[in-house]
Amino acid sequence: MPAEKDPCLSGRGVTKVFGFGRTRTVAVDHVDFDFHEGEVISIVGESGSGKTTLAKVLLGLINPTEGEVYFQGKERDIGSYRKKKEYWKQIQAIFQDPYCSYNIFRKIDTVLLDCIHMRGGRGLPRAKKVELMAEACSFVNLKFDELTNKYPFELSGGQMQRLMIARIFLLKPKILLADEPTSMIDACSRATILDMLMQLRDEIGMTVVFITHDIGLAYYVSDVVYIMENGRFVESGSADNVILHPKETYTQRLINDVPKIYEEWDLSTV
Amino acid sequence: MEHTLRQVFRSGKFVAGFSIFVAVLLIVFLYPLIVPHPPLEIISQGTFFPPGIYVDVYDSIGSTTHYTLNLDDAVAKRIASKLKEEDRLAMKEWLVAAGLSESEIDAADTQSLMDQWVNNYDPKTNIPGMTNARRNYYIRLNTSLDGILSTEGAIIAARNPDTGVLEEKRIIPQSEYVNVSEVANVRVLPLGTDNFGRDVLTELVKATTVSLQIGFVAGSIATLIGLALGLLAGYVGGLIDDAIMFFTNLFTVIPSFVLLILISFSIGQERRGAVTIAVVIGFTSWVWTARAVRSQVISLRNRDHVNLSKLSGHSIFHIILADILPYIASYVVMALILQISAGILTEAGLAILGLGPKTTLVPTLGLMMNWAMIYQAQILGKWWAYFPVIITIALIAFSLNLMNTGLDQVFNPTLRD
Repeated sequence: MPAEKDPCLSGRGVTKVFGFGRTRTVAVDHVDFDFHEGEVISIVGESGSGKTTLAKVLLGLINPTEGEVYFQGKERDIGSYRKKKEYWKQIQAIFQDPYCSYNIFRKIDTVLLDCIHMRGGRGLPRAKKVELMAEACSFVNLKFDELTNKYPFELSGGQMQRLMIARIFLLKPKILLADEPTSMIDACSRATILDMLMQLRDEIGMTVVFITHDIGLAYYVSDVVYIMENGRFVESGSADNVILHPKETYTQRLINDVPKIYEEWDLSTV
Repeated sequence: MEHTLRQVFRSGKFVAGFSIFVAVLLIVFLYPLIVPHPPLEIISQGTFFPPGIYVDVYDSIGSTTHYTLNLDDAVAKRIASKLKEEDRLAMKEWLVAAGLSESEIDAADTQSLMDQWVNNYDPKTNIPGMTNARRNYYIRLNTSLDGILSTEGAIIAARNPDTGVLEEKRIIPQSEYVNVSEVANVRVLPLGTDNFGRDVLTELVKATTVSLQIGFVAGSIATLIGLALGLLAGYVGGLIDDAIMFFTNLFTVIPSFVLLILISFSIGQERRGAVTIAVVIGFTSWVWTARAVRSQVISLRNRDHVNLSKLSGHSIFHIILADILPYIASYVVMALILQISAGILTEAGLAILGLGPKTTLVPTLGLMMNWAMIYQAQILGKWWAYFPVIITIALIAFSLNLMNTGLDQVFNPTLRD
């Protein structure tokens, strides 16, 4: 782990508890982490292990019950709407289910226009805005002319997720939280979308926090891997260390669960 | 949007309810244009005139053309209409006492009853147990029957302005007719008159208009308050949610109708106009809308599209208006329709207790029921004073609820059959 630089996003004892009494659920349980600038970090765990909750805490969409989140070396302060807006200029997300991610009553170009406005482009002439939007769309292999006056639900899942990447292209955040961006998409589009994400990362040099249940995918894209079980990080380290030489049985199980093409698949641990 | 509308109008229930409601609206809108009588004008001297066509007797006698029609059944009909029900029964009673068998006599058959009477009646016959007064009654009845059976016409006389002596103008034979369309003054009262002597139909149309307005104002106010509080409580959450829900629960626990009665009573008869009543109803019936909207918003506020909107830097008002409101719009429309229906019914309930709008300015459906009840129309059998009002209230409430059910089926796929 390159420790010489200050981590751009880190957490100490971050905890999130839902409900109380008999329905009390600890979704995230005292996790510590340091995400360094420019890295691709993967958080791997099965469903229900608290990955998405952690992502929402990191995004500031929900407040942690306990613990501190540090952003660029300072304690994160997102108390007011203005500060939240500033924070969200630096950190953005791609959600798991593209079909639920858009407001079905708003047209596609308003989604992209919002991003331009967020970057302070409210006063730009209309032609310049269109140019920016078209550029973002062409980056993700979408044709802007065909998208104007369309509603999100008229697109396919893969197109919607690519539109989401176009958003990130326009916003150019420091950190991107990708919450299972490919889990609802077929295998072919998956590779395209991953490629686009990695290309975008190289282009604007952002830190990508990749949340996935697919440990093969994590190995393929990431520098650092955190393994999450029941709200705790059980193992962490560089991707090569964790995945090729797993210490924890949970990690071994996760690796074993990945279907293999050339070997017999051991279903005994599933 | 267009697609949704098309789907809505394909729902049979909605279309049925909508048609009834539009028909009511059309009648309410068009009737005053066709029949421009003032709705609260007292036209009759006396109360509860039955429905029918009222022809001015003076004008029909003075009508220029009189026609002679020789109709076979005219005499029979005339006699039948002049013979009262109680007289028929009395005649039957005498005939039975005089020795005829009861099964032979049919009090409803004028022809045979008259024949039997003429053949059998003898004032000298002594019927045991009959009082003198009763005997005299039968003698009077017999004399009047002679008058009924007479074929003479009526004589019209007028006083000579110079001498002051009655002079015979003309004799009107029984077979003379006038054409109603040639009579100068004819008033059709399809639903008769009410206790104050006002045309019930004209009044009913005006009352429906006012009641619909009350329902609309009350429903809009209730829905707006409920929507605003529900959105705020549901989306913002936390302390604001607790405060609003405390307030809402307070209103839920107090029966709103009791509250309504107390408020209406304390406003006082003089200041209770239709609008005041509508506002009061609106301010006491928002509770369930607020609760329902809140729970809908709570289920929406953690959706990804709301999160995306937050991440795009939108303000809370933008999120509520653009990301939450459209998703619950169909629900709000349904709530509004139900609130309008409830507003009309509540006004009727309040007015029937005598706590409705001030009585002298406008009629409302509830006030008409109240008047009919106070003047005992239901005991006197004056059905036209209250029954059409009940039908109108039922039709409006039925159509609105039908529309609501239809919309529910369109927007809620689990209810589709």
